[in-house]
Amino acid sequence: MTVDDGDDLPPPSLEDLDRRLKEARSKHESAKTASSRGTSMGQALRLATEMASAVFVGAILGWGLDTLLGTRPWMLLLFLALGMAAGTLNAYRTAVRLGTAAEEKDEDGGPSA
Amino acid sequence: MAAGHSPLEQFAIHRLVEMHIGGIDVSFTNSSLMMVIGVALMSAFLTLSPKRNALVPGRWQLLAEMSYELIAKTVRDSVGSEGRKFFPFVFTLFMFILFCNSLGLIPYSFTVTSHIIVTFALAGVIFVGVTILGIVRHGARFFSLFLPPGVPISLAPLLVPIEFISYLSRPISLSVRLAANMMAGHTMIKVFAGFVVALGLFGFAPFIFIVLLFALETIIAFLQAYVFAVLTCLYISDSVHLHH
Repeated sequence: MTVDDGDDLPPPSLEDLDRRLKEARSKHESAKTASSRGTSMGQALRLATEMASAVFVGAILGWGLDTLLGTRPWMLLLFLALGMAAGTLNAYRTAVRLGTAAEEKDEDGGPSA
Repeated sequence: MAAGHSPLEQFAIHRLVEMHIGGIDVSFTNSSLMMVIGVALMSAFLTLSPKRNALVPGRWQLLAEMSYELIAKTVRDSVGSEGRKFFPFVFTLFMFILFCNSLGLIPYSFTVTSHIIVTFALAGVIFVGVTILGIVRHGARFFSLFLPPGVPISLAPLLVPIEFISYLSRPISLSVRLAANMMAGHTMIKVFAGFVVALGLFGFAPFIFIVLLFALETIIAFLQAYVFAVLTCLYISDSVHLHH
């Protein structure tokens, strides 16, 4: 062996190595989903941008359709409402995603972030 | 506050080399310079650090391997084994944003990612790429993304526009989040730096706050690059697997 582990243990079998690798990997995984949640402020900002951007897109779409069709202001109003719905949907989905990440972290126990 | 030094001055673009091609201003600015430095450092970091290929990695090699592992893991978790071919893209994106964010933390430097046009260009490339990917892979079935499964057809006229707007809002929220995070933090540091001077003897209080804020900014610089990469993976996953 070229590895200088400094002890006279027999070289580990491939199965054993594989098992240990998997163990180490599952540990890493939980630590990383936790760190992806980030700070509370980051979470809040994330939800806020999700919500605001959809309203913004709705407004732009409505305004564009209005200019095309000459139906000012009806399309703007309609798409603003749709944009708010889409924003709520976005925020809800993000919150669910953050929630599952948080649960995984709690199961793991221990503050890893 | 110190007169003549606006907290927003740090975001100003200066032309370093004037260039005009076909009436379009393509000058080499301080923003371009920071991007070039970022790309150069990133390439140097990733090519030089694992050079020795030691079995027991040194610090630099460890850093490079950790960032590689982090993104490889993220791609595998969210896209699955098919995600392997998107790894180079996501990894490049992550490293570029990470280096631009981190370089911006150096005093008197310039934060490229605090400009929404830069982040929007990145997000736009992802958006267009992901849409093309979905259409190429699934053809017309790609548009079933806009109608959640199990929804009665009578609700479709209402839900399809909502899902469509939600889809269109992705690049905007992606770019606004990164730019807003960078800009807000850097502005805040500058504002409190102004307080240090203005408060004279009591300036140590905001100074301590700046030190703490700087630590937070360092975390945010990493975290925002990571969030950007994670969301890119999610969008790729949506296009590859067609479910929410």
